[in-house]
Amino acid sequence: MEPKIDDGLAPQPILSLKGISKAFGAVQALKDVDLVVYPGEVVAIVGDNGAGKSTLVKVLAGVHPHDSGIITFKNAPVKISGPTASRNLGIATVYQDLALCDNLDVVSNLFLGSEIGNFNLDEVQMEQRTLDLFQQLSAKIPSVRSAVAGLSGGQRQTVAIARALIGEPALVVLDEPTAALGVAQTAEALNLIERLRERGLGVILISHNMADVQTVADRVVVLRLGGNNGNFRVSDVSHEDIVAAITGGVDNAVTRRNASRKGEGITT
Amino acid sequence: MNPYSDQNATGVAKESPGSVSTYVGARWRDFKAGIGTGDLGSLPVFIGLLLISVIFQILNPYFLSAENLSNLALESAASGTIAIGVVLVLLIGQIDLSVGSISGVAATIVAVGFVFHGWPLWLSVLAAVLAGAVIGFIYGLIYTRFGVPTFVITLAGLMGILGLQLWILGKNGTINIPFESWLVVFAQRAFLPEVATYLLVVLTVALFVTSKLLTARRRAAAGLPAASRAGILTRGALLLLILGVFSWHLSASRGIGLMFLVFVIFIVIVNYALKRTRWGRAVYAIGGNVEAARRAGIPVARTIISVLALGGAFAAIGGIFAMGRLASAGVSSGGLDTNLMAIAAGVIGGTSLFGGRGSAWSALLGVVVIQSIANGLTLVSLDSSIRFMITGAVLLVAVIIDSATRRSRALHGRA
Repeated sequence: MEPKIDDGLAPQPILSLKGISKAFGAVQALKDVDLVVYPGEVVAIVGDNGAGKSTLVKVLAGVHPHDSGIITFKNAPVKISGPTASRNLGIATVYQDLALCDNLDVVSNLFLGSEIGNFNLDEVQMEQRTLDLFQQLSAKIPSVRSAVAGLSGGQRQTVAIARALIGEPALVVLDEPTAALGVAQTAEALNLIERLRERGLGVILISHNMADVQTVADRVVVLRLGGNNGNFRVSDVSHEDIVAAITGGVDNAVTRRNASRKGEGITT
Repeated sequence: MNPYSDQNATGVAKESPGSVSTYVGARWRDFKAGIGTGDLGSLPVFIGLLLISVIFQILNPYFLSAENLSNLALESAASGTIAIGVVLVLLIGQIDLSVGSISGVAATIVAVGFVFHGWPLWLSVLAAVLAGAVIGFIYGLIYTRFGVPTFVITLAGLMGILGLQLWILGKNGTINIPFESWLVVFAQRAFLPEVATYLLVVLTVALFVTSKLLTARRRAAAGLPAASRAGILTRGALLLLILGVFSWHLSASRGIGLMFLVFVIFIVIVNYALKRTRWGRAVYAIGGNVEAARRAGIPVARTIISVLALGGAFAAIGGIFAMGRLASAGVSSGGLDTNLMAIAAGVIGGTSLFGGRGSAWSALLGVVVIQSIANGLTLVSLDSSIRFMITGAVLLVAVIIDSATRRSRALHGRA
């Protein structure tokens, strides 16, 4: 599938959220959040702690159903009532803690809960599909038959993302995929995200890391205090603008710190 | 295009279809890697077993005689069968401390039903096994509903079920089972005829080799790395040699006891269920990371309940085996020693106390170690006080090895 079909028609979004709200008791975690994701697009969701990023992920993953608002998936209004409903729609969520079974090998982890065969597992087919998938992702893994426990952080991230693709999703939600990775491994993970975009999937990337966001995302959606606070194309926004949107103003701790450091640079 | 050829460039170890020497070389590399990273599997048990055999054989040449080994195998079957259930429960990271009590209550149900109420023997046995399964099922319900640790649930069960056993027995201290009943014959005097033994050995090896060759061919056809023909045949020949020599040696005496054979068949079935079915994959996944299993859509509660019920059922079967062997059931059925020995067997055999690692075969390995020690010490006329101390020490060593390999895995980034 091509990411963008240039036939003169406007592309249809995979996912569109309209006025999503979610409250936990007296705490309004999300209020009137809008979000649109197109096929072949990486949308980064950024925001400070408590901005509602995690809650949004959980609404999409079906962990917490939303209170009000409309979710449209592939042009049809849907209700995400639970994790299974989310998965069946075609939304794959990769959590920050990866949720891998260390004692099982890579193939078993990829097909966990969706094994081929019931009373006689088809290991050959599962292994073949695993190898195919890693090849499509140009991902490096020492052996698909080694236990996940023996893999590096970046390789584990790769396995977790590859597992999300087993169910042939249309939208992949990545929660802080690079938070625990080193420099080289982060680059690998970012390559992987670009590979997902090339496959024509919609990607939602939750991240704290502005450098990663600016490298890999097409669009940045800023959340602040549970609501939308900006929607930028990455190509025409500066780092400072995003920070300003996250913190809610041009005068804040980050800008003051930057200004004072520049000042120091001049005096010395 | 062969998907594997590119993977190979990224460092997948490929076993070249070669001679016996390359096969041996590959196993040797695995072994060295295992020592380095602390993933030894059942190697320590084999070394321990070898040590035990050598020491006791030197102390008393009767130890490895056909008669003693034949006897040892029969002795192992009862605790071993209980240990299968223990292994299953350990694999999901839980523990059942009440297997001894369950085995005792199963024995008394059979005895009271058969001797006092005149039930057919098969019905009494069925009722006892079902009772064991129901007890495990209840443990499972309590655990999945209320989240009480199985350690505590089964500790309560240990006492409660012991009470149940005494209540069923009533005023009877001990109930004797008629010597002619098939259960006692099966447990004491039924041996596989020599010809049948050899036939079984050949059949087992043939089945092993064909299934391995078929798998290898399918994998090769799919472009996946496959075990070499020479390697499979070497393993087949080795298996034939070991089983053949063992059968030949035992045939000098009474041969292989039927009860031991049934115990091994149980292991083969459970091993298949664990390694080759979706249920087995769920068991390992729950032992490895419950949360991951839950998020992957595995029916966690149902799987845990099924494992605990199976654990109860195997404990009951083991108790019935032990009863057949003694031809009696009573107050002391499934006493202290049964409980501890069965749990120790699972751990000594190499199943991790931390869940997710181990195999059904560790029930066999563990129980053989424990019974060999007991048997050997009896032969050199040391009494049970020494036996308990030594078995305790062996259990401690096994748990230390388990914990140390776990730590070593963590050190090598493999935990």
